Amino acid sequence: MALEVEDLRVHYRTLRGDVRALDGVSFGLADGEIMGLAGESGCGKTTLGKSLIRLDGRMRHVGGRAVLDGGELPIADDKAMNRRRYRDVSIIPQYSMSAMNPTRKIGKLTADLLRAKGESFRELRPELVRRLELVGLSEQVLDNYPIELSGGMKQRMVMVLSTLLDPSLLIADEVTSALDVSNQKAVAETLVRFRELGFVKSMVVVTHDLSLVYQIADSIMIMYAGRIVEKGPADTIINAPRHPYTRALIEALPEVGLEYGDRRLKSIPGKPPQLLNPPTGCRFRDRCELAHDRCIEDPPAVDLAPDHTASCWKVVD
Amino acid sequence: MGRYFRRKLLIYGVTFFIAVTINFAIPRLMPGDPVARMLNRHSVSNSESAAALRTYFEDVFGFDVPLWQQYLNYWTALLQGDLGVSVFAFPSPVSSVVLDALPYTIGLLVPAILLSWIVGNGLGAMAARSKWLDNSVLPLGYLLTAVPYMWLAILLVWSGGVLLDWFPAARGYSLSMQPNLSWAFFVDLVHHWFLPFLSLFIVALGGWAIGMRNLVIYELESDYSNYLQALGAPRRLVRRYAFRNAMLPQISGLALQLGVVVGGALVTEVVFAYPGLGSLLLNAINNQDFFLLQGILLFIVIGVLLFNFLADVAFVLVDPRTRLGLEGGQS
Repeated sequence: MALEVEDLRVHYRTLRGDVRALDGVSFGLADGEIMGLAGESGCGKTTLGKSLIRLDGRMRHVGGRAVLDGGELPIADDKAMNRRRYRDVSIIPQYSMSAMNPTRKIGKLTADLLRAKGESFRELRPELVRRLELVGLSEQVLDNYPIELSGGMKQRMVMVLSTLLDPSLLIADEVTSALDVSNQKAVAETLVRFRELGFVKSMVVVTHDLSLVYQIADSIMIMYAGRIVEKGPADTIINAPRHPYTRALIEALPEVGLEYGDRRLKSIPGKPPQLLNPPTGCRFRDRCELAHDRCIEDPPAVDLAPDHTASCWKVVD
Repeated sequence: MGRYFRRKLLIYGVTFFIAVTINFAIPRLMPGDPVARMLNRHSVSNSESAAALRTYFEDVFGFDVPLWQQYLNYWTALLQGDLGVSVFAFPSPVSSVVLDALPYTIGLLVPAILLSWIVGNGLGAMAARSKWLDNSVLPLGYLLTAVPYMWLAILLVWSGGVLLDWFPAARGYSLSMQPNLSWAFFVDLVHHWFLPFLSLFIVALGGWAIGMRNLVIYELESDYSNYLQALGAPRRLVRRYAFRNAMLPQISGLALQLGVVVGGALVTEVVFAYPGLGSLLLNAINNQDFFLLQGILLFIVIGVLLFNFLADVAFVLVDPRTRLGLEGGQS
């Protein structure tokens, strides 16, 4: 196991109380695994991704732990975490378009960052150039300012920059959201290539685009209201989902080759619960067609196959 | 880049033309008759010689031709460096009267502007990262920027000049002294300079500190700061980037602030009876001295335009975004 997360709890501090964005999340990630992390907005995907690399000022680590390659990640300790960032855990942020300092040339920026991490830019430069060419960027971009690059180029530049020190775990947070479809496909394929070339060992791809993540991920994990509802191999999740929420999500996707005509795609009625005071029991029960009395209690995580789990009372029966 | 500066120069040229025109018109729209005032001062009672003197003065000042011709004459003379003859300090030419006062104003303004800018930016940047400093600098900064220049000046005259008697309360140098190049005169000059300088420095300081604090906080919360921190870059690097980027608006702010500070300097000089352009301007208005008034305003206009142009140049040099925008970029 490259990454083991156990009962991770991260809350957002607000004036009205703690918002439980991650409320007991446990999962494992194998060496070389690409895991897609999906769910609707506000379900805790990005919070989970951020928790593994850097809590922002409003986030508070309440409980649980994460172990990466046998060593514990000091999630709550910003200083200790600094040594692990970039080398062991790295991130491609949601905001790649604005991730680079606009007033510094990209080469200078990279050199500043590497020097601050105690690496030599001169030694790493040939490797950097090689990787740039791999994603279709010329060495010349190092003499450019970020504003001189197109959105897709900036995205690829950040991908190369984030993975330059060969991190063990890479968090790719909504990397394709701001791109057009052809770029999305290219970026997704680049992520897979990075793993095959050993630039990164394993990857968590945070997305709300299930159809895209299906093409590159080995496994998919679905989150709902701060909890994991189902995790399994990508094929199983897409073709034979067991949790009612996963099913509803997949039914909301259009399918290639089907004529929809007047028929509307299904959407999930209602909206996710407030996480300030989350309801007890199954959090999806208000929107679930299959809900029954038992759902007032917390559903257990049931192993349906060695690597397929779902948290639902219906699955138990 | 050349095209950018050519366009800028054109804009500054047009601004200069309009400013000079307004400058010409305003004194003439003011009520009162400067020649009559001069005649009063010379207390000429004989009506015949009064009429002769009037013709003489109107000829000297060029009032005996129609307005449009006065305007053209004004421009011709201006381009030859001739600003006319002062009514109030007759018969000294306006240019020499203004040039006598100019060093005092520049000596007051330039250190006050630059020092308050430097200190204010440093203070603001520090406040952005320390809760304790932030809680003291911010309210104090708001208080200082809200203070009118002349009120603070009066307060300083009263406390530092009258109550404590540490500094002279008025004038540019002691009455007993004659301007010369001795050490004693220089000390006396600085002694007189300090309070007016302080009043300008303090009021400007607060504004810079508040602005810089907000800008640095904004930069520290920007995406590139977050990204650097997520990759474990040390605070030092993140702060350095934030500071450099926050300085950019402050540079253009420096030029914008200039016009305001010039106005403040004029008022401050009047309070301290400091022999700079401000006091001269007041005298010119009191004596309806058209030419002196025009001369002073012309120098102020030139000063503001010049500093704005310098800020434009500086901005292009330090911010690649403006520079690339001008060149059309390359990729």
